[in-house]
This record gives sequence, C-alpha cells and structure tokens, in this order.
Amino acid sequence: MSDSALYIDKRVPVFPRSVKGFYRNLKTAILILAYGVYFLLPWIPWQRGQGPSQTILFDIVNRRFYIFDLTVYAQDIFWLAGFLIIGAFLLFYITGILGRVFCGYFCFQTLWTDVFIAIERMVQGERNKRIKLANQEWNGRKIFLIATTWILWVLVSFWTGLSFTLYWGEANQLIIDFFTGQAPFPAYATTLFLTATTLVMAGLAREQVCTYMCPYARFQGAMFDKDTVVVAYDSIRGERDNGRLKPDKQNLPAQYRTENEIGDCIDCGYCVQVCPVGIDIRDGIQYQCITCALCIDACNNVMDAVKYPRGLISYTSESNIEGQKGAAWLKPKNLGYAAIILVTSITLIYSMLNKSQIELHVKQVRQPLYIQLSDGQVQNRYDLKVFNKKQTAIELEIGITGLPGAQLDVRPAKRFNVASGESFVLNARVAINPKSLSVDYQEFSFVLKTIDNEESITVSAQHFLPN
Amino acid sequence: MSKEKKSQTVQTTGHAWDGDIQEFNNPLPTWWIWGFYITVVFAIVYWFLYPAWPVGDSYTKGMGNTVEYTTKEGEVVVTHWTTRALYQKEMQAAREQQAVQLAKYSKLSFDEIKKDDAMRAYAISVAKVLFADNCAACHQPGGAGLISMYPSLVDDDWIWGSDYKQIETSIRSGRKGVMPSFSKTLNEKQIDDVAYYVLNYSSKQNDFARVKNGKEIFNTNCAACHTQKGIGNIQLGAANLTDKIWTVAGITAKMKDKDKINSIKQVIKNGIAREMPGWENRFSDLEIKMLTFYVNELGSKQ
Repeated sequence: MSDSALYIDKRVPVFPRSVKGFYRNLKTAILILAYGVYFLLPWIPWQRGQGPSQTILFDIVNRRFYIFDLTVYAQDIFWLAGFLIIGAFLLFYITGILGRVFCGYFCFQTLWTDVFIAIERMVQGERNKRIKLANQEWNGRKIFLIATTWILWVLVSFWTGLSFTLYWGEANQLIIDFFTGQAPFPAYATTLFLTATTLVMAGLAREQVCTYMCPYARFQGAMFDKDTVVVAYDSIRGERDNGRLKPDKQNLPAQYRTENEIGDCIDCGYCVQVCPVGIDIRDGIQYQCITCALCIDACNNVMDAVKYPRGLISYTSESNIEGQKGAAWLKPKNLGYAAIILVTSITLIYSMLNKSQIELHVKQVRQPLYIQLSDGQVQNRYDLKVFNKKQTAIELEIGITGLPGAQLDVRPAKRFNVASGESFVLNARVAINPKSLSVDYQEFSFVLKTIDNEESITVSAQHFLPN
Repeated sequence: MSKEKKSQTVQTTGHAWDGDIQEFNNPLPTWWIWGFYITVVFAIVYWFLYPAWPVGDSYTKGMGNTVEYTTKEGEVVVTHWTTRALYQKEMQAAREQQAVQLAKYSKLSFDEIKKDDAMRAYAISVAKVLFADNCAACHQPGGAGLISMYPSLVDDDWIWGSDYKQIETSIRSGRKGVMPSFSKTLNEKQIDDVAYYVLNYSSKQNDFARVKNGKEIFNTNCAACHTQKGIGNIQLGAANLTDKIWTVAGITAKMKDKDKINSIKQVIKNGIAREMPGWENRFSDLEIKMLTFYVNELGSKQ
C-alpha cells in the first residue's frame, strides 16, 4: 500500500507461474474447444434451401437468425427468453453444486486472460523473468519484448473482434469487404470496440474484472451452501499444531512431520505463484478465487516431489472438511433448479420442433363492421396475413368453413404464392344472406391449405349482422 | 499477493477532527480512476466537436460537423450538427426513395397495378394514408360514409359509377348530388303513394291500387332521373332504387315497412343537396391515380 496514493488503490501486478497437471490439461482442452467453436463457426458452410450457406448468421437487416437448420424470425424472440432462463438457472444450479466452475473453466474472461498470459510467457519467459523485466530499467531488450507482447495481444484481440463481427454478416464476403474498406460502418465499429475491450480486459484489467466488475462473482456467494464444491486448503493437515515449515533434511520425511505436529505444507509458495488472481488459497475461501484449480495442480506436483500424499489443496466442501457426507444433488433448492431447467428445455425444444411453418393471422375489419350489399346480403371484411417460414416458396389456397351459403371474395386472389420468409396480405370479404342466419353473429373459420393438401391451418373468425 | 501487502491495521485518510474522529480510507481502484479521467477528456473533446456551451443568446456550434439537407420545398439548408437536421436529412432520403417507387406508377395502367401483387399492395398502402388524411373526414376511415350525408364507398352500389375513369372524375371535379324537394309539387297523399311505390321496387308491396297510383306519379315526376325502371342514372348521380341499399333514406333491413315509407317520404319532401368538392388542385395526378385505384378496390363487386 505504500506505493499507492491516498485515494487510489494501486493494483499489484500478478505474474502467474505456469504449472502442469490434470486441471491445467482440462482447462487447455476446454480452451481449445471454445476457441475452435468461436473462431471457426462463421466459416463452416451449411446448406439450407433459402438464405446464406453459413452455419450461424445473425441477419439483423432482414430480421432473421440462421442457426444450423433453424431459422429464427423476429416473432420467435420468446425463444431468447427461454434460452436466458435456461442459462441463468443452469448457472445457479451448477454454482450451488460445483461452485464457480463457470468462472474457472468457461468464462471468456478466464479463457482470454489465459491466452494473454500464455503469450506473455512465450515472449517474456517464466514468472521470475517477467517480474525482473517489469522491474528493470527501460532498455532496447525490454522495449522489444514488451512491444512484441503487445503486438501479439493486439492481433489476438483484433481477430476476436473481427470473428464476432463475422457472425452478423456473410463471413466470406464480409472479410473481403472489411479489408478493402467496403464493409458497413457498424462492422468496423464493432470490431474496433471488441478489439479494444478484449485488449483492456484480458491484457490489462484481468483479475480486476472478476473482483470489481463481474456481478456474478459477487452474488454467487448467495448460492453456496455447505455442500458446494470449492477449492480449499486442508489447514488441519497443512498446519498441524506447529504450523507450516520449509523443508530441510531433518523435517522432510512425512513421518517426522506427523510425529512432531509439523504441517505438511512446506511453504514453497507454488500455489500462490500460479494463482491468476493473486491470492493465497491457504488464507481460506476468498471472493477473488475463481476456482481455476491451478493451485491444486501446483500443490499436487509438490506433494509428489516430496512424497506426501496428494490433496493438501483440493476440491472439497465445507461438509466434507467437517467429515459429513452431504447429498448436494438432492437438496430441494437444486431439485427446484433442475426442474425449472428441465421444464424450460422441454418447452423450448418442443416449441422449436413444432413451430408452425406457415402462419395465418386474421383481423376483422371493424370500420365498418358490416356492409349492406345491393342484393340484400351482408358482407364482413377481414385482413389476413400469411407468413411463410419454410425454406421454399409455397402455393396456398384460402377458404372458409362453418358458414353455409356464404360467398367468399378474396383480394387479390384465393390462390397465391408466398416466397420463403415473406408475408402476404389479403383482404377477404365474406357475404351471406342474413335470412340464413338466426343469430346476430356467427362463428366460422378460415382454412388455409397448401395446394398439395399436405398442410392446413384453421383460424376462427366471426361474421356480424346489422342489429 | 495483494493480500499479503494489505496491512492488517485499519487505514485512515490521516485527517482527524476533535482530536479523535478519523476517516476510514477506502481507496478507488486504478482502473476506476482512469475511467474517470477518460470521461473528462471525452467531455472536452465533445465541446469542440458538438454544440455545447451557451454564449450570450447563442451557443458554440462545434467544429467540422455541418449537415446539409434539402427541405420538402426544395430549399437547401446547411447547418451545424443537430438531431433535427439529421432527421430532416433522413426524411429527405426517405422522400427520394419513395419518389423512385412512386415514379413507376405513372407509367402503369390500373389493370397492370392490379395484376402485380407487390405494386397493388404498395399503391393501397400509399392511398390509405391519403384517404385517411383527406377523405376520411366525410367518408369515414373505413370508407363506410354516413347514411343520408356521405355515400358509402365499400358497398356495391355506385351512385356515380365504379369505373376507374368515373371515380377519377368524381375525385378530380367533385360531385353535386341534387334532388329537388317535392313538398310543394305533390300533396301528402301523392307523396305517400310514390313512397309506397319506391319501396315496392326493392321489396314487393300488396296494395296494388297504391302501387299503380304511385307508379303514375313516379313516372311523371321522378323517372326523368331515376328512370321508369327505378335503376337510376350514374350520369346524373340518381340512385338505384331497386336494390337493397339506401344511400339517403335511413333504412335498415329490420325496419317495419311503415317506418321505411316514412323515411322515404322525408327524402321526397326535403330533397337532396349534397356536394363533394373537387380535389384537382389539392392532389397531384399521381395521388389522384392512387386514390382512384384504392376507392375502386374498397368497393364490392358481385
């Protein structure tokens, strides 16, 4: 704190040391998978009857999203609500049981920071070299190394920003337009903005994003309980009665330590050095900890080297430490989350699979509600809107049922074509002799059929008579 | 690491009041401070680029932000950045875009518009707005009109004809719907009989003596315009009396015959004097064309 001004809390830079181990490999695998999906998806071709041949395309201009074989129109926006509900509750559910696994393994802040640190290490070397470099006077070598790091960071950031932009246009064309200066302004603005945020968040802000900015990091504590899995240091074994001790020839054997009540922690500091948020896990559970589990890898490596059992730092839970066996999965809270996720998922999938490919909306013209015709018939009018969500154009025919003796006049025509993704507006005029009806208004239905009779939609309407 | 450096004792700002009242120090993160500085710099840059400070009764206009647009009247305006100018510029672009689309219509015949679904739909949406702004005050938003005052445009009875040409003439030059009052020409009995006869056209009556009497009076006084068959004359705007539609008499299907006759008698006694103004000077030719097409589409044809 001595190097901080009174009102400013100066960040202490973190130089995480690299580590090998199971969780590091797992994290790397997830990173490769996530990057593969994110950077390659816009480039994978996808054949569909109508629309661009791109796996995922968010077409804002034409108001439709193409996601694999699914075409999402503006009126399907409630699916987004479904996705958000599933996303939120999945997060609550997982957090309640497994703690901050999202933070540690899947969050883009963690993934990108991981890559940025890897670049830093590749150019400047391991932790001790980086600290030395940061503290030394500026010279040619320092300028070269820092500049190289930054150039690589900017390249990764730029490609991140550009890849995001490619989801919103046809990638093959957009990338050519982008580099020839012909892309629309929002493409440049989005790319620039995301390049800047990636650079700042992953290069400069890093753990501060999790500590100060992220709301999830702050409210996840509310979802924790005694059975929630956390990364914790076994302080009973690590400290025993006489605390941790740096090893020497005498106190190294495990048996000596147990007999003399010396902790198994040899105070090597490896767990602290690998921590990307710069905390000491031995101080207990802290809100900064994103449970990336790198300290577990570090400690296990050390335990292996000194031939102590593994697991001084491990994934555990409060009830586990206290020796209870909690059934985390079977809590009402977690079952409730699971039920919500299940119900929402089933509803969403059902809605997606069974969405009507053809829509018909009927709106009664109410001004006037009825029209007296010269031959004594009474006419009602209806504005119809037909929407074709199919991948192909369709030929349709409109008719009515439930109103015997009625005449149907449709403008522009009873038979019509609707192109894929287009809507078609009709004005239907239904005239009937009032003597054939005993009530003032009669329910009937519009029937919209494909010409091949394979599909039909029925929408009810009313026919009103003068009173 | 940061944890190690943080001292365990409580940090204060070092200020003391009354000897022992001290203030806890809760320092802001560096990134927050920098964010604050950036907003300050942003504000200063903004002052130079956009209208910002009041100066006397004017204000600083900003630099290098001129907006140029052409008004509806064709006047070119150059001004500094304002959202109103941007709005005008967008309106100008929309007008230019619309003009391109509208220009296609001047070359098309009505039948060609009708056959092309897209052109038809666009013409209707354009005319709907014109109709709502100019015609709906009398003919009502849906075109149903008001009985005895403004004719309905949605039924299949056309007082002045349903051809595009006839509708265009109606809009362009207006129409005068005049029927003289017969309260002085005919006595009460005669009016009663002729009304009976008029009703007989669309709904057969039983009193043949009255029908016969009424027919004589009708042929002498009314047939000049309404014709002896009672089918009216679109050249004169004389209504067809043989169908079920009543344009002036307030008759509905469920009324009793006695009330219907009374209603008809009112029209015969009072006459009709209604007028639609000509719109030739208020609409462009294209607008008249759009409205003609729309009014024709509004009507029913059997």
